[in-house]
Amino acid sequence: MSTESLINLAYIAAAILFVFGIKMLGSADTARRGNMISSIGMLIAVVITLLDQQILSYQYIFIGLIVGATIGAIAAKVVKMTGMPEMVALFNGFGGLASLLVGWGEYNKIKALGWDVYIANGINPYFITTVIFLAVLIGAVTFTGSLFAWGKLSGKVSGRAMVFPGQMVINALVAAAVLGAGSWYVIQYAGVNTPVVFFSMMGLALLLGFLVVMPIGGGDMPVVIALLNSLSGLAAAAAGFVIFNNVLIVAGCLVGCSGLILTIIMCKGMNRTLSNVLFSGFGATAASGDSEVEGEMKGATVEDAYYVLEAARSVVIIPGYGMAVAQAQHAVKELGQILEENGAEVSYAIHPVAGRMPGHMNVLLAEADVPYEQLAEMDDVNPRLPATDVAIVIGANDVVNPAAAKDPASPIYGMPIINAHEAQTVYALKRGKGAGFSGLINKLYFLEKTRMLYGDAKETVSGLVAQFKDS
Amino acid sequence: MESIILLLFIFVLAAFLGFELIAKVPSQLHTPLMSGSNAISGITIVGAILIAGSAEGDFGKMIGLAAVILASINVVGGYLVTDRMLAMFKSKKKQK
Repeated sequence: MSTESLINLAYIAAAILFVFGIKMLGSADTARRGNMISSIGMLIAVVITLLDQQILSYQYIFIGLIVGATIGAIAAKVVKMTGMPEMVALFNGFGGLASLLVGWGEYNKIKALGWDVYIANGINPYFITTVIFLAVLIGAVTFTGSLFAWGKLSGKVSGRAMVFPGQMVINALVAAAVLGAGSWYVIQYAGVNTPVVFFSMMGLALLLGFLVVMPIGGGDMPVVIALLNSLSGLAAAAAGFVIFNNVLIVAGCLVGCSGLILTIIMCKGMNRTLSNVLFSGFGATAASGDSEVEGEMKGATVEDAYYVLEAARSVVIIPGYGMAVAQAQHAVKELGQILEENGAEVSYAIHPVAGRMPGHMNVLLAEADVPYEQLAEMDDVNPRLPATDVAIVIGANDVVNPAAAKDPASPIYGMPIINAHEAQTVYALKRGKGAGFSGLINKLYFLEKTRMLYGDAKETVSGLVAQFKDS
Repeated sequence: MESIILLLFIFVLAAFLGFELIAKVPSQLHTPLMSGSNAISGITIVGAILIAGSAEGDFGKMIGLAAVILASINVVGGYLVTDRMLAMFKSKKKQK
């Protein structure tokens, strides 16, 4: 058997392991094994590739593998669970950039060696230039888009949506320019201007990634992260076309599709379309017209809350991004435990888009060792809320805003919410009196049954825990 | 030309497979699924290795080297961080 056949057989094995791996990641009992199986597939693919006869020197390969693996291992080890959204965004970006570089590397090779090898194999140069264009374009958008998302998530740039007049027009012009430069490069593959066209195309594509993520606000990040994940897969698939490699195409395409499904799930969680998330500049300006709010926000002290919680028989805790910011998950878990020991029934209501990435709250609460059975999805917990004594909202805002259900004029009207306002009493933990990321006033805070606990979520929750312990 | 058609064929089938595989995922697993599949997208490491090993000229080799480093960070970091997360989910189930 020739080396080439052996390599291809191993690629088939790797592809099968990826398919099983992804399948198993979709179910709680098998997820960890699934991840291991897919990593074995990756190991097989990497090791067998080293046998490829195209490879002339191993020096750079081994340096790259060692350096990259070390950095990756350290990063995975030291990252805090609260920093997970940034980490995922950054890894996505690196994958996208690597795919871009594969396209660039192939372009470079062609420039040195010419088209003879391709033409001798009966491969149309137009096809190669097209897929190089796609790999560079998707890779570049994934890279700069992820980089910007990382900046927003880690607070290095403002997490708010950034809009300026004519933004849509400028974005459209840049997108058109990328397509124009790309098409020119594809058609003029043998032309003298190729480097100029190629690098303008790449530069514009990098710019496009920034511009696309710029008008997207922090609360829409779960959608963006899922979409960038999908794009990083498609970039790998495009790189697979560039080097005629099946395993890249299969694995990249699988990731592209699973990421897209996750993106759709996230959009459904907000009852918005993908284009609305991407292009509306949602949350950039404070929404106007919320004039008919009645009542006022009533503050309460930790002691007040303690007396009510002490008597409560059923408590639902609704965490949001504020819990992640305050790193309050351990304190929250402690509070939940004490309430249970006090005889209350405790559950955690998790909204699908709470936080900054898909499943964000689940990861944090799992880190704090909250029992899995206490985590409830929105649809399961809503029917129980009218019979719930106390709902504690911890740094969540739009996902509990009753306007989404009742006020057709509200920008978030139609978004499914956790019906905290149906509970008997509501305690809302909030840093200050300002509006949420969307700039919307939350009528939940103005209800007669709602009491606000201002301050850092972690301190407030720890204060409550201390009250229970002292008594 | 046939080889191009074959690649497109594989692409289309893989797309359908991808959609079928992830029909319904519990929200608890959204983050691990995302970071686990993110690690798989690091498969571009195979392309990076081939470019780094066969590149012409110093500049080409540097492109290859950078690609291998970035893709390895993506692969190794992605798998390890996913495993770390899933280990947290798991230990709780055993306590039950």
